[in-house]
Amino acid sequence: MTERDYHDIPGTVVFDGEQSRLGYHLNMFCMSLMQADNRATFKADERGYLARFPMGEDQRQAVLDRDWNRMIALGGNIYFTSKIAATDGLSFQQVAAIMSGVTQPAYAQMMLEGGRSIEGNRSKKGRAIG
Amino acid sequence: MARITAGVATSHVPAIGAALDNGRSGDDYWRPVFAGYDASKRWIAEQKPDVIILVYNDHASAFSLELIPTFAIGCAESFNPADEGWGPRPVPVVEGHPELAWHMAERLILDEFDMTIVNRMDVDHGLTVPLSLLFGQPEAWPCQVIPLAVNVVQYPPPTGHRCYMLGKAIRRAVDSFPKDLKVMVFGTGGMSHQLQGPRAGLINSPFDNAFLDRLVDDPVAQSKVPHIDYMREAGSEGIELVMWLIMRGALDDKVHVAHRFYHVPASNTAVGHLVLENAGA
Repeated sequence: MTERDYHDIPGTVVFDGEQSRLGYHLNMFCMSLMQADNRATFKADERGYLARFPMGEDQRQAVLDRDWNRMIALGGNIYFTSKIAATDGLSFQQVAAIMSGVTQPAYAQMMLEGGRSIEGNRSKKGRAIG
Repeated sequence: MARITAGVATSHVPAIGAALDNGRSGDDYWRPVFAGYDASKRWIAEQKPDVIILVYNDHASAFSLELIPTFAIGCAESFNPADEGWGPRPVPVVEGHPELAWHMAERLILDEFDMTIVNRMDVDHGLTVPLSLLFGQPEAWPCQVIPLAVNVVQYPPPTGHRCYMLGKAIRRAVDSFPKDLKVMVFGTGGMSHQLQGPRAGLINSPFDNAFLDRLVDDPVAQSKVPHIDYMREAGSEGIELVMWLIMRGALDDKVHVAHRFYHVPASNTAVGHLVLENAGA
């Protein structure tokens, strides 16, 4: 992986060329869910539908597991993976709660209290120093 | 001659559109968000723009990964609201202004901004939520709209400086259009927010408010802020804020702040809003 300044941002995957190349077929699968009949076909047989797209088995498994952070790590982009969430009837906020490892009510409360603080969340290096 | 009289900046959070569409704008959660736009709704009803050049980003609705234009201008007669997975928003079809849009495309390309020309494009919440916030729920939008889509999904988006300079070029293009039109420019997206990963929910109010200050008073300095600062300080999706610099570049160097609003939260996002008038307008 080419070293980039933004790799220092904690809890964040920037959707750059490297991620886009990795995730092209995963994201194009997500894009197919824009059509209602594709959503129905996917829901009826998820594994069978995923087999139509030439993506990695690890990417297929991440979709089946609804492992949202894994999808991002494997090249998924949030605006694409959110189409799986929409197919499942989940909101952006519900998925954000899952990705950040808290319950939806706890996440919603955090947002009401002003959101996740930037303090302590700027830099991996900065964290290591304390 | 056509003239740009004012600029509007606003977040374009999809949940705001959903709240309005589902009749929840009066809920305790949403009322303060919509109240922040009351003065702007009265202002724009009095101002009556003929055309809005609406700078926004598509969110994997019209553009997938097959084609990723950095700057795209909508030259069609009309644009349908996109189906983003829940069915299209129940809002009016967006009427374009092909004559001005084509004039802009030609001028901008000859001015060395290599625009992608789009003749068929559905428009998602990035474009329709700002219209809803300013105009409510009319039978038809009260003016014509030229969509100007900017890639901020695939890294890297255009630099803040490039966006600011595009705004300047838009100003030159509109100023040279021979018909008498009152034009406004909207810059949308932001403010601080992150939708992905363990850092989802990030909000940085000091960054947002400093951005609002500098966008008004020192846009040249703001235009030089590198992408890493937006992504680190305002979240991976906060980088949408570079689009506000296009709007700002299209205005006079000195502007009058007719309205300013900031609110946290709307779903995952900080809502920011500015109404800026050209001093000479």
